[in-house]
Amino acid sequence: MKQREKALKDGGQTGMWLRFVIASAALLLLYNNLGKLAEMVVGVLGFNRENHFGEALYFFVYEVPKVLLLLVAVVFVMGVVHTFVSPEKTRKMLSGKRTGVGNVMAAGLGIVTPFCSCSAVPLFIGFLQAGVPLGVTFSFLIAAPMVNEVALALLFGMFGWKIALTYMTMGLGIAITAGVVIEKLGMEGQLEEWVRQLLNSDVAESEAGRNISWSGRFGEGIGHVRSIVGKVWFYIVLGVGAGAGIHGYVPENFMASLMGENAWWSVPAAVLLGVPMYSNAAAILPIVQALLGKGAALGTAMAFMMSVIALSAPEMIILRKVLKPRLIITFAGVVAAGIVLVGYVFNLVL
Amino acid sequence: MKKSIKILGSGCTTCKQLESVVREVVAELGIEAAVEKVEDIQQIMSYNVLSTPVLVVDEAVKCSGYIPSREEIEGYLY
Repeated sequence: MKQREKALKDGGQTGMWLRFVIASAALLLLYNNLGKLAEMVVGVLGFNRENHFGEALYFFVYEVPKVLLLLVAVVFVMGVVHTFVSPEKTRKMLSGKRTGVGNVMAAGLGIVTPFCSCSAVPLFIGFLQAGVPLGVTFSFLIAAPMVNEVALALLFGMFGWKIALTYMTMGLGIAITAGVVIEKLGMEGQLEEWVRQLLNSDVAESEAGRNISWSGRFGEGIGHVRSIVGKVWFYIVLGVGAGAGIHGYVPENFMASLMGENAWWSVPAAVLLGVPMYSNAAAILPIVQALLGKGAALGTAMAFMMSVIALSAPEMIILRKVLKPRLIITFAGVVAAGIVLVGYVFNLVL
Repeated sequence: MKKSIKILGSGCTTCKQLESVVREVVAELGIEAAVEKVEDIQQIMSYNVLSTPVLVVDEAVKCSGYIPSREEIEGYLY
């Protein structure tokens, strides 16, 4: 009886891996042939790419599935990765780490640790409680939203892997540097009183970790895809739609004077504009892409995007419950300065 | 004995989702319980948790940081 159960279970596992391989192959095949498919769809609908509308339609029919497919793949993998990492494990790894090494680790872990923006405050306090230095905690909190899988997948889908990689490196760089700066400024005194009382207060070793099988992990991956892609697909369609319109109609170099490389003030302006905006990467990126096609500088667009995701007014209001205003201003100032710098560097280099 | 069930979370969509699932399961199973949503951050921190949403049954943290399946929740309620 036992053996039969085991055989059934193993059979189930094999079947699952098989399904996984087949699904991946099918997605890859589809991804590689999207261009042809889009041509076909445009043709069948009786348009051709010579005119504005045909070109806009092609852009839309090609871009939407391309970006969605990439997003599904990346988000799935991330959902599976999440089952290996938990905030508790991350905290354990970071507790007592020195400035420097700790900041680098924290920023890296920020990418892979499952993290919902509304957990920012409990996480912040929990880290400090376990002896994670303030600057290291900030590195984590800055990297986690800024370098997230949705942003990376979309950048990859729309601008290619080089830009996605550069964005990731720059994002991590900002998170690490900002954390080190905050640490050096020694701002522990700028924590609210009740938080300071919790500092280094031994935390009970909680959580035995979830015991989870591979099919469970894949299930989590699929669940992650459902919740994330389910939330952002609409923005992507909308954004790419807007992008397609701009792509087909707005004249070349329309944005060049406004957001081009020669307008030095455009980078800080883009960052300032991004702060009150609270949105996700999905809603912002497609529009950014279309603007780029019309002469807006990449660094400026990138700075805008980073600012929208990493610096948000609502987040600061939440953080006000644990931080005194001076620390919040420092945090925002350091991150904003980093983003402006990245914007200029991008504009210069690319 | 009447059970005390608490859902800790700052009021984002995931936390609300957990609350509604828990309420449904409680009603379905006909469990006698007081379901309460806790949004105060200091109170949340007193449970020593790192990520929300959190499900607390009779003052014991059952899970945190994700929305458990119905079966998982049922397991916690008995």
